[in-house]
Amino acid sequence: MSAATSPSFSFSRIFAMVMRHWYLLRSSWPRLLELIYWPLVQMVMWGFLQSFMAQQTGALAMAAGTFLAAVLLWDILFRGQLGFSFSFLEEMWSRNLANLMISPLRPIEFVLSMITMSVIRLFIGVVPVTFLAMFFFGFNFWGLGIALGAFFANLLLTSWAIGLLCAGLVLRNGLGAEGLTWSIMFLFLPLTCVYYPVATLPVWLQPISWTLPPTAVFEGMRALVLENVFRADLMLWALGLNIVWIALAGWGFMKLMHSSKRMGSLLSVGE
Amino acid sequence: MNVNVPPPAIEADRLTKRYGEANAVDSISFQIAAGSVTGLLGGNGAGKTTTIGMIMSLVAPTSGRVSVLGFDMARDAYRVLHRMNFESPYIDLPHRLTVRQNLTVFGRLYGVKSVSERIARLAADLDLKDFVDRQSGKLSAGQKTRVALAKALINEPDILILDEPTASLDPDTADWIRGHLERYRANNNATLLLASHNMGEVERLCDRVLMMKRGSIVDDDAPAKLIARYGRQNLEEVFLDIARGTGAAKKEAAE
Repeated sequence: MSAATSPSFSFSRIFAMVMRHWYLLRSSWPRLLELIYWPLVQMVMWGFLQSFMAQQTGALAMAAGTFLAAVLLWDILFRGQLGFSFSFLEEMWSRNLANLMISPLRPIEFVLSMITMSVIRLFIGVVPVTFLAMFFFGFNFWGLGIALGAFFANLLLTSWAIGLLCAGLVLRNGLGAEGLTWSIMFLFLPLTCVYYPVATLPVWLQPISWTLPPTAVFEGMRALVLENVFRADLMLWALGLNIVWIALAGWGFMKLMHSSKRMGSLLSVGE
Repeated sequence: MNVNVPPPAIEADRLTKRYGEANAVDSISFQIAAGSVTGLLGGNGAGKTTTIGMIMSLVAPTSGRVSVLGFDMARDAYRVLHRMNFESPYIDLPHRLTVRQNLTVFGRLYGVKSVSERIARLAADLDLKDFVDRQSGKLSAGQKTRVALAKALINEPDILILDEPTASLDPDTADWIRGHLERYRANNNATLLLASHNMGEVERLCDRVLMMKRGSIVDDDAPAKLIARYGRQNLEEVFLDIARGTGAAKKEAAE
């Protein structure tokens, strides 16, 4: 007979889910290749652009100095969210979600396993590219030093909040909402000012931009690369926003999950 | 209340599920005793899958309640889910993982103590040895069904819910699966709830049948008693009587 009790939180269950996705990654070289392919293409394109613009003079050359840092940080944000969302979509694609939902796996454990997988996918995809950037373009991403940790943490937190919300929407609306997980982050590309200062935006749009945690990170990155100043205030602002975003996304995910139970859509996932 | 009396394995109390104006399940009540095998029968759209979904807490009832082993599934599902499991041909296991990998993952999710030993035992019992290290997506329908059953038995559940466990199987494999379910129930005193369109299977396995039609339970008895009461030769004829509202079913409805 089965055990009389089941712990309300279990690292073993999180590990089981991480194993499930690790087995999958290990068995599929196209999946592994895909992790590194786009970050590499992006880095090469922006690296050449940065090299070309660095040969110019004036403000343009100075701005170009931030392109590679910007594109690598953008990839942390984008790939972090995709890494999270992929783990969820894999369950939908394989019609396995109902098996998980009737198991003792708690929603928080499910979410933590997706967070772990997002970090693993990110390390597989982005870390090698940072070393290639050093080799091809002499750009030392790791030279951002301790600030890199703050940038990295804040961008990952945002990526998980967005990933969680996307997972909830797919859970509630089925694979018809899958496109959102691929495209939602591109809304952030212009608004979070990845490649230009916030001051470039129209005045009315700037307050909206500042409610997005990555805006502070990209602004902080430019301060570090161009002025050699670490803006702790911006990092704290981003962290505060991220706490609010994660809380809202967690609340939204649970609401959407309950809604999918009300609609009975968990019985037909993958269709 | 007598505290020594164990709760029913499954209890539904005025359980209702409405989708907009449509009543998928309409205020059904039943109790399923521990250690019994109950068949949930009805035509397509009768409400069987929705009822199972509510028992498994995959679907939220509109009203009413369902409890499993005494735990309210709306409130305390996580106190009992580790003692239940479910098998359905409409839910898959990840295709690219091998059978062993899939069973390892679910063994860990269900907190099975010695996962490797449990998988070895299931591989022997369910004859999975030849393909336990093959990808799940590359198996035949019969092999997939046996693997799905292995996943459903990984935690040795007290409550095993099966949705058409032998659908699309050849008669030999289907008979083999039924034999295994009979042995599992006998050895573990497990409670089985079975939705099936195979009346022969229900006659063989079930102590009791709940007949559903348009979201309601329209009859509830042992298979042999139903056959006798409807004056028919087998459960399939009873099913047709109820589904079409003919014979004894029509007479009873008129009364």
